[in-house]
This record gives sequence, structure tokens and C-alpha cells, in this order.
Amino acid sequence: MTSQNYEGTKAWHLALAWAWVGIPLTLGVVQTLINAMKLFQ
Amino acid sequence: MFEMGGAVSFLDRSHTIAGPGFSRWMVPPAALCVHLCIGQAYAFSVFNLPMTRLVGITQSAPNDWTLPELGWIFSIAIFFLGVSSAIFGRWVEEGGPRRAMFTAALCWAGGFFASAVGVYIHNLWVIYLGYGVLGGIALGIGYISPVSTLIRWFPDRPGMATGMAIMGFGGGAFIASPLSVWLMSKFSTSTHVGVAETFIVLGVVYFIFMIVGSIIVRVPAPGWKPVGYTPPAEASKLITKNDVFVYDALKTPQFWLIWWILCLNVTAGIGVLGQASAMSQEMFPGKVSVVAAAGFVGLMSLFNMGGRFFWASTSDYIGRKNTYFVFMVLGFLMYCTVPYTGQIGSVVAFVCCFLVIISMYGGGFATVPAYLKDMFGTRYVGAIHGLLLTAWSMAGIFGPVLVNYIREYNVTHGVPKAQAYNVTMYIMAGLLVIGFFCNLLVKAVHHRFHMRPDHDAEMAQAAVGAAGEPAGA
Repeated sequence: MTSQNYEGTKAWHLALAWAWVGIPLTLGVVQTLINAMKLFQ
Repeated sequence: MFEMGGAVSFLDRSHTIAGPGFSRWMVPPAALCVHLCIGQAYAFSVFNLPMTRLVGITQSAPNDWTLPELGWIFSIAIFFLGVSSAIFGRWVEEGGPRRAMFTAALCWAGGFFASAVGVYIHNLWVIYLGYGVLGGIALGIGYISPVSTLIRWFPDRPGMATGMAIMGFGGGAFIASPLSVWLMSKFSTSTHVGVAETFIVLGVVYFIFMIVGSIIVRVPAPGWKPVGYTPPAEASKLITKNDVFVYDALKTPQFWLIWWILCLNVTAGIGVLGQASAMSQEMFPGKVSVVAAAGFVGLMSLFNMGGRFFWASTSDYIGRKNTYFVFMVLGFLMYCTVPYTGQIGSVVAFVCCFLVIISMYGGGFATVPAYLKDMFGTRYVGAIHGLLLTAWSMAGIFGPVLVNYIREYNVTHGVPKAQAYNVTMYIMAGLLVIGFFCNLLVKAVHHRFHMRPDHDAEMAQAAVGAAGEPAGA
């Protein structure tokens, strides 16, 4: 595939790309937040 | 039929030029694919204890590796991050982000596979070469590869764009740490620690993740600009419209001033980042437990990551120079306040001070690419950024040494542990004063360093001339 026949970005491309990086990052952040709460216990 | 030439050309910059209708919001996830993976480096310490009992399994045997020996793996990787980003910066810039991200994926996964072999045959030198050297090269190339691409896609918000990617580097540890612990628990048996298998799985997962990033990344077509964006007619004196050639940037005082600003800001942050757990327990004996200290470290990691996005985005509004003034002034005040929080026994004030400090540590990393873009233009910003990262390698040595040795000196000279960090805090505050004056001296780059329009033709002619000269000339 070259850029010349690229048809443009569809909404689901964006959603998929952000989910690909967003889901693991969110899971990691939530896990860290849970651990960080021990500071206040 | 699969053609090797086609696969290689797919990596070329010319094949990554975005077509009409491509959304620039696809580029930050592409950058995050790489930065979230290489950010694993911050979580490498989860392997340290299991790797000290590869032979003894339940406890260290005499021929097991020691923690100081294992500590070198991370140090070598960070050293090669600085070296490779400096050496390969121009290649990354001219070859395009896809080739660089693909190379980083190969090196990063290769580093894990080599380390798995090192664990299997119990040879630490193989791990030094695998994770340390090969992984370090991946860190350097992967770190700088998407940054200049993002700056070109977001000329209206360069700080926010690079902040998003570099935030991923801070966030990579959040994913890697629990994932590594979980994998080791799955692979461990009564006769086996499970580190080698975990390295192999991580290598495969990271390779796939990074390859996805290299496939979706695009560079904007020449002359492209965001819809509705018009560059300001009268730009600030500190935002150039010209470009500076990568090696000419080294001849400018601005490069070295920013190098020192980054080095001092990172030195101030990295020293306390590694000692936060011990420091909180020693400054507040009986008030901060081991579990609470671990929570404090987790909270600091979150502020390290969040600060990257927050401060870099803020710099789009208040300017890069002012953002670093905030880092230096606020950091100075915070470091001077820390000993006082110990005197009054306020854990809350102590935690708040360090959360602000660590957010600015991350912010310093994330704001610097946009600062370089303002000074030297967009053309070689990735390569110049690569050269600047040697400041990080330097700070990685100075910061921990300052904190550890001064504390050790104080304790052996009879200073109570609760006050052993006070001198270090004042030294860190002093470093930020130097950083303040370095930042004050930053002015616009002199026009004699700007690239001329015929620069490319001159370079091409010089290359042809050099190739045509007889050997030994």
C-alpha cells in the first residue's frame, strides 16, 4: 500500500488505534492508583 | 510474490507520506505504540530479585548474580539510549519514522530474546549486550523517532503532541510491571523462576505492538498544515521560522544552554525518584510504613507521567522559556521546603512537594522537543533532540550519586537519618538556580546558523564530489 491510494481515516480507524494503546495504559494506571491508595490507609 | 525490495521500500519516508483525508490524530497512538513499549525500561527492576535466585530458586545461591551486578543492566541501557539517539538521530530524521520505529522494534525484541538466552545459559554478559546494548539502542531510536513527526503534524500544539508521546514513555512501566509479575508467576515452577520465558513473551508482545505503530505512522505531505491554521504573522522572537542544520546546532550557545537546563532539571528529579521510598521512611520514622512508601512511589510515577502531558501542553500557551522558569522557581521552592516538612513532621506537605517536583521532572523531558523546535526549526529537530539526550545519560549518573553519597556521608558523620537528606535538598535547589540562569541566557539563534535555501543542493554536490575523489585523497 502506498500513500497515493490512501482513502482517508475513518472514525473506526481512530477508535481502534486509540483503543489499542488506551486500554492497556488505562489498566496500568488503574492498577497503579489502587497501589498508590495504600499511602492513605 | 513477496519481494524483499518492496518490503524495504515500504519503510521509506516516501511511502509514509499521508494522503488526503488522513487524520493527524492517528499519529499520537502510533507514537504511543513505541513509547509505551520502550517505557518498560522503568520497570526493569521487577526482574532484579527473581534474577538473584535463578540458581537457588527460593533464595540466592553462591553462584547467583548479585543486585549490584544486575543494576548495571539498566545503567548500560540508559547509557546506550543517549549514545544511540546522538549517533542515529540524523539517520532517524532523514530515513523517516517508519524505518526508525521498525528498527527500534527489531532491537527491542532482539534485546529481550538475547536476554532470555543469557538467563537460560546463566551468562550475565549476554544480558548486558542484549537488554543493555541492543535494548539501549532501541530506547534511543524509539524515543526520538516519533517526536519530530508529531511536531510536524501539530504545528499549532507541538508541546501537547510531544507531551502525549513522551507521557507514554512514563506510562510504559505501569503496563510492564504488573504484566511481568503476572507472567513470571505463570511460568515459575518449584525448579524454575520463569524469567527467560517472560522475556520471550514480552519480546513478542512488544514487537507486535511496535510494528503496529510503524505501520500506522505517517508524515505530512510537504506544505501540509492543519485546517484553519495560519502561522502567526508576527511570531515570538523565540520561535524561529528557519531551520538549523543538526551539526550547526552544536555550535550554538542555545543548544548547550538547553542541554544544561535539561541535565540540571533531570539530575534534580532522578536522584529523588530512585530514593523516594527510603527517603519517606527515614524522614518520617514510624509514620510512613513500607506499604505506604510503595504507594507513594506509585503516586510519584503517576505524577511523572501526568506532568509530561500537563506541562508540555501548558508550554503551548505560556511559552517554552516561561515553562522552564516555572520548573526552576517552583522546584527551588519545593526543594527548600522539604527539610521543613521533616522538621514539622508533615507527611502530607512532604508528599505534595515531591509530587510537584516529579511532575516537573517529567515535564522537563516532554517540553524540551518543542523548545528545540522553537530554537532550531522543525527540519532536524529529531536529530538535535537525539544529541540533547546525552544530557539525560549524564544526569542518570549524577542524580543518584548526589543523593546516595551525600546521605551516606551525613549518616557516617553522625547526622540523624531523618535529617540526612537536608543538604541534598539544598544542593538540588542550588542546581535549579543554575538552571534558572541558563534559561535566562537563552536567546534567539543567530541568523548565521540558519540553513540557506540552497543548503540541500550544496550537500548533494559535496556528496557527489566526495564519492568521485580517488581513494586516499
